[in-house]
Amino acid sequence: MFDFGVVTNWIDLFLRSNMSENMALFVEFVLVGFAILAVYAVLALLLIYIERKVCAFFQCRIGPNRVGPWGLIQSVADMVKILLKELIKIDRADPVLFRIASFLVIIASICTFGAIPFDPALHAVDFNIGIFYLLAVSSLGVVGILLAGWSSNNKYTMIGAMRSGAQLISYELSCGLSLMTIVILSGTMQLSEIVNQQSEMWFLFKGHIPALIAFVIYLIASHAETNRGPFDLPEAESELTAGYHTEYSGIQFGFFYLAEYLNMFIVAAIAATVFLGGWMPLHIPGWEGFNGIMDKIPPFIWFFGKTFFCVFLALWIRWSFPRLRIDQLLHLEWKILMPLALINILLMALCVI
Amino acid sequence: MANLIIFICLAIFIVIMSLMAVTSKKILRAATYLLFVLIGTAGLYLLLNFHFLAAVQISVYAGGIVVLFIFAIFLTSNKGDMIDNHNKKRILYGIVAAVAGIAITGFALLKHRFLNYSDNPTIAGDQEMNMKMIGEALMGTEKYQYLLPFEILSVLLLACIIGGILIARKR
Repeated sequence: MFDFGVVTNWIDLFLRSNMSENMALFVEFVLVGFAILAVYAVLALLLIYIERKVCAFFQCRIGPNRVGPWGLIQSVADMVKILLKELIKIDRADPVLFRIASFLVIIASICTFGAIPFDPALHAVDFNIGIFYLLAVSSLGVVGILLAGWSSNNKYTMIGAMRSGAQLISYELSCGLSLMTIVILSGTMQLSEIVNQQSEMWFLFKGHIPALIAFVIYLIASHAETNRGPFDLPEAESELTAGYHTEYSGIQFGFFYLAEYLNMFIVAAIAATVFLGGWMPLHIPGWEGFNGIMDKIPPFIWFFGKTFFCVFLALWIRWSFPRLRIDQLLHLEWKILMPLALINILLMALCVI
Repeated sequence: MANLIIFICLAIFIVIMSLMAVTSKKILRAATYLLFVLIGTAGLYLLLNFHFLAAVQISVYAGGIVVLFIFAIFLTSNKGDMIDNHNKKRILYGIVAAVAGIAITGFALLKHRFLNYSDNPTIAGDQEMNMKMIGEALMGTEKYQYLLPFEILSVLLLACIIGGILIARKR
């Protein structure tokens, strides 16, 4: 079974043998930062392509098929286009906040991205408080969206931002509660430890019914947190043109766009890590031969397989359901999902005891 | 050494952002600079390897309080509102409050005997505060454990929520 430990250890040894320890550490930090940004950008291109293709198949179309074989280079071409576009100055907008907003959104997204365990050796931020860190940092994005809506000097962006704020703040609750259910089961918040504990069986199966309920609640709530699918009120294109990022152009719009797609990936990755075992292969206790075969598949393929399965679920929901109204949206969260998540935590506590 | 450089960067960032927060004429900008001050403080906690406090700082202040501030500003102020120039009385009060604040914090800083920089166990490296310890301290009933204050605080918060709903629903 191949994991990236070989590569990272080699880089570490190479750097340490060539320079002092502090310098080597510093170079490694910079390299990790670059790697995260590069993977972030590449994944965004890939996700945009997947989204357009899957959407096309759901609507009985072919999707992008002109640029490159099966339209594979389409999103690269789009990226070049967006990099070359002019940044339009908005009349009577607040230029400082207008700039800061797009950065806040993408910084929150990158910070969460860094904490995802892609592979036993590819795990940049592994705090003791893993899950709590994810929840904390992702909450920064709300501020960015609110500021974007306010500083654009536009009614549509303002309404979009207010809707988005209400939506994100309320769905964060059941998102956090459903993750807490698994923290109760595993007894730790550290993501690497959570993955290691699933070596016998994934938490989805190990945690009986409460884990299953938590998984469903997490999928719904996190889907709402990404502002997509039936929950895309903040940017409902038929009412608000494009919601809170109506006035953004060029790469600043690109930041919102990137953050939206990567947030979809990030919540899918968290769902895969916490409920489906992350990079841990499927093991069934007692079936030694089967486990041996599963171990032959490298961990990062397991991780990306599970994550893209969750991404596909998100796309499936997005292109199958009509948009909710704002009162239906808040009703769903406060009267259905959150009480359910609270009861579910009690159930899980009973299971663990 | 590296710790010192990071500390100096964070300190300069926090000081500049605090100055901008109090001197900004637009109230929403002031709130944004305040957000950066709070994030910088979280950076200080990270530097001390107290990750839990850093995450609490970000999720409570950046994710909660600042969002609350921004909502309050949205709902109460008009676009383009500028803060008026203060009258003399207010400036005087401000100076008195600032001097008193500096005196109190300065007194505490000078009076308190700090650990030697190198004696601090968390400086050495990977000794982060264990989440399990924090959880047991919060939820335990023995000495130096805080179940009762924790529960009292949650009752207080519940009272606040009920009060807020009552005020909002008054017909």
